[in-house]
Amino acid sequence: MDLLTQPVGLAHYLAVGTILFVCGVVCMAVKRNAVGILMGIELVLNGANINFVAFGAPFLRSDKQFAIGLDGQLIAIFVIVLAAAEAAVALAIALAYYNNHATIDVDRADELKG
Amino acid sequence: MEAIHWHSFFFLLFALVACVFAVAVVVSSNIVRMAFYLVISLSAVAGLFFLAGADFLGAMQLMVYVGGTLVLLVFGVMLTARGPFVNMQTSGGQWVMAVIVGGALLAVLLQTVWGVDAWWGRKIEHVNSQLAETPPTATPLGMALMGIRTDRVGSPAAGECGYLLVFEIISVHLLVVLVGAAYLARAKRNPRKVAAAEPSPPDSIALQSLTLNRDN
Repeated sequence: MDLLTQPVGLAHYLAVGTILFVCGVVCMAVKRNAVGILMGIELVLNGANINFVAFGAPFLRSDKQFAIGLDGQLIAIFVIVLAAAEAAVALAIALAYYNNHATIDVDRADELKG
Repeated sequence: MEAIHWHSFFFLLFALVACVFAVAVVVSSNIVRMAFYLVISLSAVAGLFFLAGADFLGAMQLMVYVGGTLVLLVFGVMLTARGPFVNMQTSGGQWVMAVIVGGALLAVLLQTVWGVDAWWGRKIEHVNSQLAETPPTATPLGMALMGIRTDRVGSPAAGECGYLLVFEIISVHLLVVLVGAAYLARAKRNPRKVAAAEPSPPDSIALQSLTLNRDN
C-alpha cells in the first residue's frame, strides 16, 4: 500500500488527466449522438485542466522551482470559460441540426459529401 | 503499520471516481445516463483541484461546469432525446478501432508522464509538516486577472505577466458567443404550422408538400 502511505506526486495527477483525455477522445470517436460528442469534448478539456493545475502545484514535485504556479490555474480558468462558450454554441448548432433534419445522428449529416 | 497519508487517500478516491465514471460515459449508450455519469466525473475533478491546492478553481469548476455547462448539456439531451435517439449503438468494428487507437494513445502518454523522476513527488520523510502547504488563491488570481501578479513581486518581469488583456478578450468573446448561440438556437417558424394556420393558394400548398417530402 505504498500509494496510501506516501504523498502522491505530479505523475499521479497527470495519469488521471491522461485517462480522462483518452476517454474523451474515444467518446468523440465512437458516439453517434451529437450531444455525446460534446460530452467527449468536455472530458478532453477537463483532462487538460487537471494537467494545468497539477503542473502549477509546487508541493507535488521534488523540483519545486519548475512549477508554473498561478499561471496554470489562470489558464485553467480561461479553459473553463472557453468550454462554457463552446458548449453553448455547439448545443445551438446541434439543436438547429435537429430542427432541420429531425435527427441527432451525426452520421446522417452527409449533405456535403461529394 | 505506517500512518495513512490523507492527501493520497482522498486523491485516490477522487481519481477513481473520475476515471471510472469517465469510462462509464464512453461505454454507456444511453445519452441520459451519459449526462449523469459526466456530472459525477466532473465533480470528482473539482475534488482533485481542491487537493492540488486550487481552491478557487475547484469552486469555479463546481459552479460553472457542473452548475452551468452540464445543465446546458442536460437541456440539449432533453430537447433531442426522443425515441430512437436515446439509445444509439455503435458498430463493433468502430469500437475495436477506437479502443486500439485509444489504448495506443494511453500507452504513449502514460509512458511519457511516468518517465520523469522528479514528477513522482517527494517521499514522506521530506514532507516537513502535515499542515496544508497551499495558501488561498482567490486574491492572487483576481489580482492577476487585473494585471498585477502578487506572486511575482520583485522579479524583473513582474509587470509583464498579468492577464488583463486575456481577461478582456475572453469577456468580449463570451458575450459574442452567447449572442451567437441565442441567434443560432432561436425558435424558427415551423412551416407546417404556418401552412395550417393561414389558408394559402393551392400551388403554394403543393410546393410545401414537395419540400416536406424532400425533408422526409
